[in-house]
Amino acid sequence: MANFHPFVVPFVLGAIALFVICGYKFVRWIKQFDRKQQALIKKNMFSTRILPAIWEMFSECLLHLRITKKNWRLGYMHRSIAFGWFLLIVVGAIESRIGIKGPFHFWCAIFYRFFHHNPPANGTEVFFTQLMDLLLLYVLSGIFLAFVKKIHSRILGMKRTTQHTLMDTTVKVALWSIFPLRLLSESVTARLYANGGFLTQTIGDLFSRPVADFLELPFWSLYSLALCIFFLMLPFTRYMHIFAEVFLIYFRKLGLRDSVKMTGYTKYELSACSRCGMCIDRCPLYNTLDIKDVQSVYLLRNLRNLEHHQDILAAGKNCLMCHQCAEDCPVDIDLMSIRRISRDKGDTDMSDNYRYLDKVKGFNAIGRVAYFGGCMTQLTPTISESMKTIFDAAGVKYWHLDGERAICCGRPLIQQGFNKQAADLRRKITELIGSCNATALVTSCPICYNTFTHEYHLTIPVYHHTEYIDMLIKSGKLSVRQSDSTFTFHDPCDLGRGSGIYKQPREVLKAVGQLKKISAEKENSLCCGMNLGNTVLSLDQQTQLRNKALSVLTEPNPDVVVTACPMCKKAFRHGTEANVKDIAEVVASSVQNEE
Amino acid sequence: MANFGFTIKKTRSFNLSQADMRKANKLLEEVPSYRLCIGCGGCTATCSARQFTDFDIRKVHNTFRRGQYDKLSEELRKCMLCGKCTLVCPRGVNLRSLIINMRQLLTPSNETF
Repeated sequence: MANFHPFVVPFVLGAIALFVICGYKFVRWIKQFDRKQQALIKKNMFSTRILPAIWEMFSECLLHLRITKKNWRLGYMHRSIAFGWFLLIVVGAIESRIGIKGPFHFWCAIFYRFFHHNPPANGTEVFFTQLMDLLLLYVLSGIFLAFVKKIHSRILGMKRTTQHTLMDTTVKVALWSIFPLRLLSESVTARLYANGGFLTQTIGDLFSRPVADFLELPFWSLYSLALCIFFLMLPFTRYMHIFAEVFLIYFRKLGLRDSVKMTGYTKYELSACSRCGMCIDRCPLYNTLDIKDVQSVYLLRNLRNLEHHQDILAAGKNCLMCHQCAEDCPVDIDLMSIRRISRDKGDTDMSDNYRYLDKVKGFNAIGRVAYFGGCMTQLTPTISESMKTIFDAAGVKYWHLDGERAICCGRPLIQQGFNKQAADLRRKITELIGSCNATALVTSCPICYNTFTHEYHLTIPVYHHTEYIDMLIKSGKLSVRQSDSTFTFHDPCDLGRGSGIYKQPREVLKAVGQLKKISAEKENSLCCGMNLGNTVLSLDQQTQLRNKALSVLTEPNPDVVVTACPMCKKAFRHGTEANVKDIAEVVASSVQNEE
Repeated sequence: MANFGFTIKKTRSFNLSQADMRKANKLLEEVPSYRLCIGCGGCTATCSARQFTDFDIRKVHNTFRRGQYDKLSEELRKCMLCGKCTLVCPRGVNLRSLIINMRQLLTPSNETF
């Protein structure tokens, strides 16, 4: 058989197995989509959403632009391996199509130099030979950096990298050895037939002819074997992300999102995690409390393997849900939803739990703004008092929805996996708000705000009080005094990373005083430690988290440390001599009276 | 007289030697901070669910601690898990964790004892 040699057999078998296994898995996951997800796929499958999806596949799966933005060294490493290898395959396929004489098999492209011994004869062949060497060098530079990262990750800007399982380490070694083996194989062949480029020919010439003759077949066989091992293990290890991410991007662009239960979409997400470990460094549990085994990368791995039930529970429970990892994830996996899925307590408790809320009567608040302080605001009454001052000063008619008796928005239940109960609560509150005919809902609590905007389907607009105060000032309804006071602003997790509100509180603070910059703000803001998402941290650990956040906030020595969350305020107030206030209090104290 | 929501309860008696303490001990194991509880009732005083019903979280966890689990499961369902009790607790007892653990220990499917 022309253009065949037994050493290609492992590669061919590996490649066939790879496509069969991956195909089987991908089809099975698609069948596990829930009804809503399937409907979305049917609706949008061939819509124009495909175009941005293709661009994102190119920019993220190959070029890794998101990683590059955060850390260019890591970006280069990932890009050189992914994009370099992709180009090697594409350019190699074109080159072999042109060069191969006789029957063409798909392995000819991979082992081209072995099947095409003639030295490059014309300009085109010289170009391709040199280009292929350049691409190989590009990939090898990435492998070298990956090796450096393994030895000393700080050189590449990572404090800690993922602790891999034996399977993951084995397949990584297989991947790393593919390219040096390819270099060696092509080099010895180049020594024998002078068909190499600037790299392979130079290295090949270091060998003596008999040595090259002796080593040629073993090198090519090892190269084929390394590919075989990599392909066979790929579907069961972290390298599944290579293919899973492509599909994930497509489905995400079609509008699919995680459900409250594990669906096929979640399976794609779990497999799209490359376990790069970028979620580790900035996890407050790691960098402040040195807890090393609960980060998203490990949760996703445990969930995917589904063999360590206790590990899943432990890793799932111990999380602040501060959104930091979701912010850092280069694959943009919805880590908070997966965390919630891992905490799902099931439907065991089907009864109507909150029947007592039925007797709460809605106030007829036509033309008024409904003000929802939230449970935590009940414990920090100065915030709701300040809001009332602001409403009055701006001439806004309001109704304090939970003034006397607090109703929970359901967020804590959701975060602990009591989805059924949370739905009960949500239905009742939706009815209550619907019956009062208010024009808008203003809440003082970012936790409630996040829930109302993400979980509820209210017919009236929902504002966090920072947004609302900003609107009042900008529209001229509320006039405030500019003062010399200096502020630092703490972005609460659920308001900043959770809801993307960074601009409004800063504009408000600039209107009433001077805002000082701090070292960790906006997306990088630190958690106050009291986040409702966690129920297993001890008081001592929460205090450590709080102190770290406070040290950043008090560093520029502001007159007032300002936050926009009753929970953060409560956390900070007892930990510092500095003045801690909610943004509403700051504004209320500088409201200009009409007279 | 002003009604603060607190009255002197009737004396209840039960035989501790006959009580099944396994769940109660498991609870203390899972939530060690509960050992610090002095039963002050701050949790009940601030409770959101309490503002609507006669739900009494102090009574619930005290009864649980003494190995009496009757009807506690239904009581605990009234809790909205808002966490105010945890914030006001002067002893730093992690009440949210306590409630979640009690719920789980009382769920029939999780019967490990």
